[in-house]
Amino acid sequence: MTEELTDQKQRRHPGRGPVDTLNEMDHAAIDDSITSRQEVSGFGSMIRTQPFWVFLAILAIGFVMTFVSDAFMTERNMFNITRNFAFFGIMALGMSAVICTAGIDLSVGSLLGLCAITLGLTMQAGWGIEVGFVVCMLTAAAVGAINGVLIAYLKMAPFVVTLGMLAMARSIAMVISNNKMIYEFGPDMELFEWIGGESMLGVPNVVWVLILMTAGFWWVWRYSTWGRWVIAIGGNAQAAKLSGIPVERMIVSVYMVCSMCTGLAAFMFIGYTGSATNGMGVTYELNVIAASVIGGANLMGGVVYALGAPIGAALVELIRNSLLLAGIPALWQQFFVGLFLILAVLLEQIRSRGRS
Amino acid sequence: MGLLNLNGITKSFGAIHALNGVDLSIDPGEAVGLMGDNGAGKSTLMKIIAGNFKPTSGEIRIEDKSVEFHKPIDARYAGIEIVYQDLALCDNLTAAANVFLGREAKKRIGPFSWLDHGAMYKRAGELFSELKSETRPRDLVRQMSGGQRQAVAIARTRLSDPKLVLMDEPTAAISVRQVAEVLALIKRLKDTGHAVILVSHRMPDVFDVCDRVAVLRRGTKVADKHIKETSPEEVTGLITGAIEAA
Repeated sequence: MTEELTDQKQRRHPGRGPVDTLNEMDHAAIDDSITSRQEVSGFGSMIRTQPFWVFLAILAIGFVMTFVSDAFMTERNMFNITRNFAFFGIMALGMSAVICTAGIDLSVGSLLGLCAITLGLTMQAGWGIEVGFVVCMLTAAAVGAINGVLIAYLKMAPFVVTLGMLAMARSIAMVISNNKMIYEFGPDMELFEWIGGESMLGVPNVVWVLILMTAGFWWVWRYSTWGRWVIAIGGNAQAAKLSGIPVERMIVSVYMVCSMCTGLAAFMFIGYTGSATNGMGVTYELNVIAASVIGGANLMGGVVYALGAPIGAALVELIRNSLLLAGIPALWQQFFVGLFLILAVLLEQIRSRGRS
Repeated sequence: MGLLNLNGITKSFGAIHALNGVDLSIDPGEAVGLMGDNGAGKSTLMKIIAGNFKPTSGEIRIEDKSVEFHKPIDARYAGIEIVYQDLALCDNLTAAANVFLGREAKKRIGPFSWLDHGAMYKRAGELFSELKSETRPRDLVRQMSGGQRQAVAIARTRLSDPKLVLMDEPTAAISVRQVAEVLALIKRLKDTGHAVILVSHRMPDVFDVCDRVAVLRRGTKVADKHIKETSPEEVTGLITGAIEAA
């Protein structure tokens, strides 16, 4: 059976001679080349991603800042910047997964406060660091599961559910802490504060955690069935369902993953600050969502980059740090974070217009 | 004994009777055109075969075994693949990813497994070339033409070598040239022993590829004839009700 040779195939192999001289071998080669071909490859596909452009923006701001302030390029300042954004980066990794399903989680800031309190109370009561960690993660998992079940099975809007959870988690944190600060963490206090606040090989521990988590998520998005299904649900939940993907269970797991990223960030953060209060993490959800969106997560769903979360978080922290070093009043900080958020979405719009 | 037998399928939504005791049987390698006006019960019947709805009464038998579908995936396990009218594709994934959606190829070492992208691209490429489609496995579905999207949806049904392929208006949204390709594909499915149910509004398509045509009107099957024994005029009459039954 000879295959029909269309002009499009012919165009991809110019100089192969007229259609009737092509033999079977050539058809096999053509089929093979069609199979391995893609619109753009390697570097071409990289420069199409949002994190790449945000990374360029980071380099540009960094370059300018070396002239503005001598203090910028110091080891101390770099250490501070990376440590500060690492907490947000870890939370943004989970938030990116939620946003990829076209959802949103507004409760992460409050959850950070709630985890701080459950963790703090457990360790204050004399339990070891392992128990504290487990309690912290279980708190996060439970909150994530409640969010997920309400959203996936009761079909409630993620915005409303997590807004409610934002209020409730904060309130619970206040109630169980009796509105008191915790600064005594039992027998493992030293180890606990080392994990959150110290560094290995000149890199803060929390940054190591962020690096490991980013690598983990990169693998998940590229090579795991779970990652593939989350992206599919974000693209077309109905199609995913018809393909036999357990959409509801997946959504619950996504909200749990997001919450547990926050739980982990809380564990590191309390160790770093050395105290736990129920007011921790107020308005953090805005920074985390901003970091995810600047890093390329699309609120319409279906787009996720593992590198986007740390890069987005890095840009937010860099803006803060740069304004400080440039002597611009701190009152301007939120303005510039907001400005870059809007610019990031605008950039995404322009790029997708160019594609279609 | 046919491949698929529907016996007295009735479906009611409250007081509305969408289907009244519909019988239908299909043999391997046979294509049946399912026709009827909007609201005649075509899509309800499709959804019952596809496992989206359970019939109020009646029985579905596959290879002479009674089956019950609770959700669409049950129908797939029973050997029924469906090409949905809106194609049910994820625009943000590649063609190969869509073909393998929900049953990804994996590599495995001990307890660890990960997606085998190479195998999926290769197999999807083979399926597309079998379909004589120029669809490239690595392209995003978002960038594709109607015909290429159709090829992805059809290639997906070929992954598991199903017994029956259900096609809902496969030629409604594509160009004339691509219609010919889809029809050729349906013939190829028949040649390889697959049964096909084609739901279509387009009379020429049905008369081109189908062996039989079944006509539904207001939830009742009013005709089930060999293509050679009927004509487009008669079928049109049956659909509109100008001819009571045949």
